Amino acid sequence: MDTTSVPVIELRQVTKTFGRGTAAMQALRGVDLVIQSGEFVAVMGPSGSGKSTCMNILGCLDTPTTGSYLFQGVTVGSLSRDQRAILRRHYLGFIFQGYNLLNRTTALENVELPLIYRGDPVEVRHQRAQEALAAVGLSGWEHHTPGELSGGQQQRVAIARAIVTQPAVLLADEPTGNLDTARSQEIMDILTRLNFDQGITIVMVTHEPDMAAYARRTVHFRDGLVVPEHEIQHEGGA
Amino acid sequence: MLWNALLLAMREIRRNVLRSFLTILGIVIGVAAVIIMVTLGGGATVQVTQQIASLGSNLLIISPGKRMGPGQTVGAAPFSVDDTVALARDIPQLVAVAPTTSRSMTVVYGNANWSTQITGSTDDYFKARNWVAKSGRLFTDSEQRAGAAACVIGQTVRQKLFGNQDPIGARIRLQKIACEVIGLLESKGQSTMGTDQDDLVIIPLRAFQRRIAGNQDVNIIQVSVRDGVSTTRVQQDIEHLMRERRHLSENEENNFNVMDMKEITKMLTATTQVLTALLGAVAAVSLLVGGIGIMNIMLVSVTERTREIGIRLAIGALEREVLLQFLVEAAVLSSFGGLVGIVLALAASVGLASVLNVPFVFNAGIVVIAFVFSAAVGLVFGYFPAKKAAQLDPIEALRHE
Repeated sequence: MDTTSVPVIELRQVTKTFGRGTAAMQALRGVDLVIQSGEFVAVMGPSGSGKSTCMNILGCLDTPTTGSYLFQGVTVGSLSRDQRAILRRHYLGFIFQGYNLLNRTTALENVELPLIYRGDPVEVRHQRAQEALAAVGLSGWEHHTPGELSGGQQQRVAIARAIVTQPAVLLADEPTGNLDTARSQEIMDILTRLNFDQGITIVMVTHEPDMAAYARRTVHFRDGLVVPEHEIQHEGGA
Repeated sequence: MLWNALLLAMREIRRNVLRSFLTILGIVIGVAAVIIMVTLGGGATVQVTQQIASLGSNLLIISPGKRMGPGQTVGAAPFSVDDTVALARDIPQLVAVAPTTSRSMTVVYGNANWSTQITGSTDDYFKARNWVAKSGRLFTDSEQRAGAAACVIGQTVRQKLFGNQDPIGARIRLQKIACEVIGLLESKGQSTMGTDQDDLVIIPLRAFQRRIAGNQDVNIIQVSVRDGVSTTRVQQDIEHLMRERRHLSENEENNFNVMDMKEITKMLTATTQVLTALLGAVAAVSLLVGGIGIMNIMLVSVTERTREIGIRLAIGALEREVLLQFLVEAAVLSSFGGLVGIVLALAASVGLASVLNVPFVFNAGIVVIAFVFSAAVGLVFGYFPAKKAAQLDPIEALRHE
């Protein structure tokens, strides 16, 4: 992460087409996007604008149809499914709108999950998971299952799970979408702190300008393209 | 990685105890059925083998009539004591030649009476049948020559007439003769045909002929062939000699029959084994059906847990790790079913063996095979659902409700 010359994320003329022939739907139509290490970027745009598709590609869950995605200088498009999985487990953390925790599984076990796949020994797993839970203010809640936690707490467990591997990039898909204002602010405070204190790069999709305001930069999507910054200025003024 | 998959599988099974139990029921029944069939079949085979030994090794039975069994020709002349003398003299491979003649009669002792088979024979009878006295003694030469009123009884007769008393020296009544019990035979149990071999009274042949039958006939001759000699060869020799003695011309059929008891028991053993194999195979089919049940539930489980699989894949699980997780779960389920089946089968086998009156023979081989097979069934039938889980698209899976 100390090499600032190579951006952590770089999209070059990325397109993504779903389906074939007449049924083909172009979700991304040539996206260029550069995110430097340590940035906190909010992604906004109406539904159908391609931001979710873009997030899937950034998360290495999907690959571009054309164009290239460089993650820390590595071309993701040429990696196999398993190689992308390994990339995800080491460098990426995910936070979802619906939390996506394993039911009937304790907070500690949920947070430990990525470490299990990395093959960390049990003691290391426990210790790191506890540290991660402490970092999101959930010390003492280790043995509660998602059903016993509030929405805000569940999302914090999800954040702990995302950061337990000490990833380079945290991808958050509407992390506050299901939460009230007070809980949303708690979550945003945690994300801001992680970005500021630990230098984790954060890319966050959101519908709410209030939440986007926490980010240092906002990227707007429209019709499968990133809206150039001068146009946004213009729109904001209007 | 395997250890984690194992822990995960155990946790998943614990979460759905009832469903897991129902899933493995097919395997439990399949494994139990295979083991019970093979164990009982093995017991039956052992029983037959024991009966071969109890019959006396290399026993041949010579009876008048054209065919064995119910088709005995009426009018075929019985044998005589001279025939037995000739057999003993001319066929050196025989170690014992016992002329026998029997009749069903009621024996009386005190207030007790019991209908049994009275057989007149010689000491060779015990030799041919490989039978020894448990207490008392067998006949002396002078008793045999004189046709003394002495008898040797089987365990069943002792129990019916004497209860737990010592029968030696007591006098039992056979029609008009009062007969001293001089010996009690060892128990032989049931014969291959299911008759009680201990239900008999033996008296000297001469006593039987003179006091009961009133003639010099010998109905059946039992002979024992020396160990290591082919019974088939001796059987031919006997047939040859008897044809000569009974003055049969070349184009006449035998009017007697030589039965090789060993051949019959061998045949019965073979039949038992074939039946065991057949029943085992039928039981194995139920194991297969159990495997399909596991596949069903695993497919349902994969669909139910699509979101979980999506989460695992998103946070960096490899395809093969998800595959392993579901495969191990299926294998753990089915081998657990196997274990339960084994326990059930052993308990049932012990019970059934005592009810059916066959010895319980623990067959470690079939237990191991059944267990390995049940685990393999899990792996084979778990593979398809596991593959399906592993190949899910994480994006789609995460969207799954």
